[in-house]
Formats: sequence, C-alpha cells, structure tokens
Amino acid sequence: MSLRAGIVIFPGTNRERDMAIALARVTGGRSPAMIWHKDTDLPPLDLVVLPGGFSHGDYLRCGAMAAQSPIMRAVRDFAASGGYVLGVCNGFQILAEAGMLPGALLRNAGLRFLAQDHHLRVERTDTVFTRGYAEGEVLRVVLAHGDGNYFADEATLDRLEGEGRVAFRYCGPDGAVTPEANPNGSARSIAGVTSANRRVLGLMPHPEDYVDPLMGGEDGLPMFEGLVGALAA
Amino acid sequence: MKAIVTVMLKPGVLDPQGRAIGHALETLGFEGVGEVRAGKIIELELAETDTARARAAAEAMAAKLLANTVIESYRVEVV
Repeated sequence: MSLRAGIVIFPGTNRERDMAIALARVTGGRSPAMIWHKDTDLPPLDLVVLPGGFSHGDYLRCGAMAAQSPIMRAVRDFAASGGYVLGVCNGFQILAEAGMLPGALLRNAGLRFLAQDHHLRVERTDTVFTRGYAEGEVLRVVLAHGDGNYFADEATLDRLEGEGRVAFRYCGPDGAVTPEANPNGSARSIAGVTSANRRVLGLMPHPEDYVDPLMGGEDGLPMFEGLVGALAA
Repeated sequence: MKAIVTVMLKPGVLDPQGRAIGHALETLGFEGVGEVRAGKIIELELAETDTARARAAAEAMAAKLLANTVIESYRVEVV
C-alpha cells in the first residue's frame, strides 16, 4: 500500500485536501506529497494529481495560467516518460490547456455553475483509473463546475472514440446517455478522456467527493483503490 | 507600439454567453438582432518599434497563450 502520490497546488486550487483524504483512505493513511506550482521538480512519484479549484482565478481561460506554471514542465516530462496523471475538474481544464489532453472545456451550455450530483457511465475499464469498475457501471458523482462543456472538433472526437479514449460519459441513473442527461452540453456527453497511452485522465466530476459513507456515497472509492492496486509497489 | 488582440470563439463553437446577451437585448425591446457572439480584447504595450516585428510577436503570444486555438480564433492589430 505504498502508492506515492503527489498533488499539485496552484494559487486558487481548493480541492487538494479532499483529494489528499481520498488518497490517504486507500494508502493506509499515507499523506500524498503536496507540491507547489512554483516548484520545478517532482519528487519520485507513481501518480501526479491536479485537483479542482479556480487556479489563478480562472483568468483568461480556466486553467490557462496554471498550464504555464513552472511545475507543469515537470508534469509534462513525467507524463512523457510514462507517468500517471489524474486531473479532476480544474485539473482537467489545466491538462487540456497544457495540450496534454485533446479538446477544451467551454462554459456550460446552460451558463449556470453546476453544483449537484450526477451520474456517469464507465466506458473503459482498461485504465488504472477505471479498473476498479465494471464496463457500463453507473456511478453517482458530484459536479462542481461552470466550465465543463467538453469540446473537440468532429475529427478529434471520432479519433478519441476510435482509440477508446472516452473513459466516462454523463448519463441518467439508468446509464442511458441522452441529451437530457447531459448536464453541461459536452460533446458526445464526454465527462472524461485519457491520453493515447491511457496514463493521463482528465475528468470533470469529483470522484474524491464520494469515498466514504459519511460523505453521502462511495462511488469514487474504486478509482482510488484501483490506482493503489495498479501502481503501488 | 500597441498591439490589440481580439479573441473570439470559432464559428461553430457554441457561445452561450453571446446567446444570453442576445436574449437580453430582445427582452429590452431591441429588434432585428441576429446571432450575438462575445469575445475579448487584449491590449499589449510593446517595446518593439517595428510594426512587422510587433505584429509577429503579438501573433506568437496569441497563438501560445492569449487564444486557445482549439476553440478560439484571434486577430492582431498593431497601432
């Protein structure tokens, strides 16, 4: 149970402690490394997490400033050398802005900030992030974003689908992917995508919010347990 | 010199903000307003004195940071 995880903190990040609690829960209480955005090097890690928040006040575009932070060069190198990276919410936006994942996150189609439960369907189980779930499994997760409307051009979307890189889609409680069950207008109801090597995942909803019955749910726990099972030495 | 960079969402990219502005104009009684698109303008004070070089620099800045070319297009004006 010795997953070495690190959480990157930018000015305006606000979900790092929730993420640390979720990781500690599956690592026997081991605290993840907290890494400041001005650092230029990462300690030896199995997993880098970019948590949610409003880095740099969402100035210019969500994640645009953070993507230029000194630490992101190290995160990019880490991913390029086969490292595992999880970006949740603002972390997903940062990965997209950094060009580490395709596409972009636009303003929610309904313009409103969404803070509510929603359902996700697991599309792929052949990633370290989703191996704890069954294909087609429906999760209840928390949305907390104003800019979660996933966009990529049609050719890119076709390529992502063809390469099996759509990890999660928004759905109804029964798992049906419909326009009505698409909370933010995301192209093809996409909630999470991976890199070509499946080692970088960007996801808008917050799996770290539901890792304990006291939080109201545990549907996020298999993601963290799966990471430990796959990556812990 | 000053460079003015205009950043707009690309045609075909949903602009809910522009749409909301359009609805508000309609509510206010303005008629005949078609599609509304909202963007941003970024003004840059540049030390460069050569117009062509200033334009090239501003275009590089726009491509690298000021616009996300996945969703946005940009236009540079040097004054």
